[in-house]
Amino acid sequence: MTEADRVAARGAAGAGPPSGTPHVEFIGVDKTYDGVTQVVRDLELTVYAGEFLTLLGPSGSGKTTCLMMLAGFEAPTAGQIRIAGQRVEDVPPRRRNIGMVFQNYALFPHMTVGGNLAFPLEVRRIDRSSAEERVRRALALVRLTGFEDRKPGELSGGQQQRVAIARALVFEPSLVLMDEPLGALDRRLREEMQYEIRRIQRALGVTVVYVTHDQQEAMAMSDRVAVFNRGRIQQVAPPEVLYEEPERGFVATFIGDNNLLHGRVVAARDDICTVDTGSGIVQAFLVAPRAVGDAVTLAIRPERVALAAEPGLYSNEFEAEVDDIAFLGDHLRVRVSVCGSSGFVVKIPNRVGHGGVLEDDRVRIGWTPLDCRALAPDEEDGGSP
Amino acid sequence: MSPRSGVGAYAHRAFCGAVFVFLIAPILVIVPLSFNAEPYFTFTEGMLRLDADAWSLRWYRSVAGDEQWLRAVVNSFVIGMGATVLATGLGVLAALGLADPRMPGRRLAMGILISPMVTPVIVSAAGMFFFYTSLGLAQTHAGLILAHAALGTPFVIITVTATLAGFDPNLTRAAAGLGAGEWTAFRRVQLPLILPGVVSGALFAFATSFDEVVTVLFMGGVEQRTIPRQMWSGVREQISPAILSVATVLIVFALFLMGTVEWLRRRGGRAA
Repeated sequence: MTEADRVAARGAAGAGPPSGTPHVEFIGVDKTYDGVTQVVRDLELTVYAGEFLTLLGPSGSGKTTCLMMLAGFEAPTAGQIRIAGQRVEDVPPRRRNIGMVFQNYALFPHMTVGGNLAFPLEVRRIDRSSAEERVRRALALVRLTGFEDRKPGELSGGQQQRVAIARALVFEPSLVLMDEPLGALDRRLREEMQYEIRRIQRALGVTVVYVTHDQQEAMAMSDRVAVFNRGRIQQVAPPEVLYEEPERGFVATFIGDNNLLHGRVVAARDDICTVDTGSGIVQAFLVAPRAVGDAVTLAIRPERVALAAEPGLYSNEFEAEVDDIAFLGDHLRVRVSVCGSSGFVVKIPNRVGHGGVLEDDRVRIGWTPLDCRALAPDEEDGGSP
Repeated sequence: MSPRSGVGAYAHRAFCGAVFVFLIAPILVIVPLSFNAEPYFTFTEGMLRLDADAWSLRWYRSVAGDEQWLRAVVNSFVIGMGATVLATGLGVLAALGLADPRMPGRRLAMGILISPMVTPVIVSAAGMFFFYTSLGLAQTHAGLILAHAALGTPFVIITVTATLAGFDPNLTRAAAGLGAGEWTAFRRVQLPLILPGVVSGALFAFATSFDEVVTVLFMGGVEQRTIPRQMWSGVREQISPAILSVATVLIVFALFLMGTVEWLRRRGGRAA
């Protein structure tokens, strides 16, 4: 499958290919602090105007460093960063006109809420009356009308978060960066704020670059997600494409659950290949350009694996021993041993006739080749430059 | 400490009381003696009987009318203020630089800057005397201001470094991201938040200069006599309760400074 085919497939799936005016461009950006460890490697990323793009990855994957380079608090070791077509490597943060929301809010504790919001307007020498009007509008936008005279210390975490967002927007930047802004909030508040941030972003049409390590948050909020691992972008795609069509093993396991099997290609015809796992032959959908004899990683979603009532329903069918069953309300998580993997998870919906599976039973499980994606093994994509 | 009972409790209280008496009595005894009507350093019978005639403000008046004492007061404040301004400015800058983890050799620099605090003053004073003499700064107000600034700077560095430890560097970044230049970010965001540390450092620096006598003995001429230096000669040359009245005024002044530092400490604690 070629790149063009994949883009076409995405279009068919309803998630259009990215388009529009480039707002932010990372071109061949490298970053190292000590000259040895590459925190960010050969980064190529375009953020389109009005887009909500999330940098997602585990801690230390380089996503926050990218954000800091974009904000101007860190300088790239190599490569270019462009904002609206202009190179910005030599532009200091205060001249970049970017709104930024920090992880711990970074509200000025000695100023009132109104003072915090007026600060960016005062340093821009905007006259008092129109500044007051803008502060009022920004507070209304985050639903904190009338909070001007409170000090940040008198507000709850969620309210402080709203003030931080209002402060990042009050001087009307077209680009807003958010560094794990919801990390300190509890679950319910976090979900509410996800919705709020999305609502505000849509209302204002600003471009947002958002950093998080929480894949659910990334999926819920983003137009596109850039998945980071070890300083490299693994895949950039809309959430549904990342879930349905991961291109690498890391993405397959980081976004939702996936079962990974390892093997070698023994035959390939069009998109379908035959893989020998050493303890079973599997038919799989070939994602990475792999030839016969190459090592591949197979990714199979637990919910796409079925208990086969009778043989012959699936082209991939195996007898497996049930090691463990966990009842999770709406579904059962069944762990089985199959094709050399002992932690293979099958997710069975909790509905009538889920089979009465018991531990130590031998069951027949199956999946279609299209639900089994043959990816390049991870060792190759993280590799040294 | 767990509550005690019996003999142990009384012994404990008696010991603590003795410590406080030992610390404070020599200072407190000065206060009533300074109101002595006679030129003695002891309580007269009249004072003990609380005779109004035995008490007087004569030594306060003598100090207030004495040109040498007045010059000493002016000198103390001029040198103290000058040294405080210099020590505070340099100390704050040094603390800001030393707080940056990217600064090379910061432990060594910190050690050198703090050294005047641990070096015996007589050693620094003797060294400064020869050094400043060769520069023509001995027996000048400027020389004493420089010397006292060197002694006071470590206090500013220590108090400001302590408040900077609780300062979130993201606040400076946030200010820059919102469009503020470095000076504006410092003045509007960082300085107000570290101000309690700056002011208490400045008070310590002032107090250091204000009660310093060794450096003044070495470097000051007649024109640079400060209050402690004047007291020193008062004790040696013309034993009179006048120095006790000056001492009483200084005690009140010191209590005021201590109160200010404590008030700032509490304010700083609340803000953090």
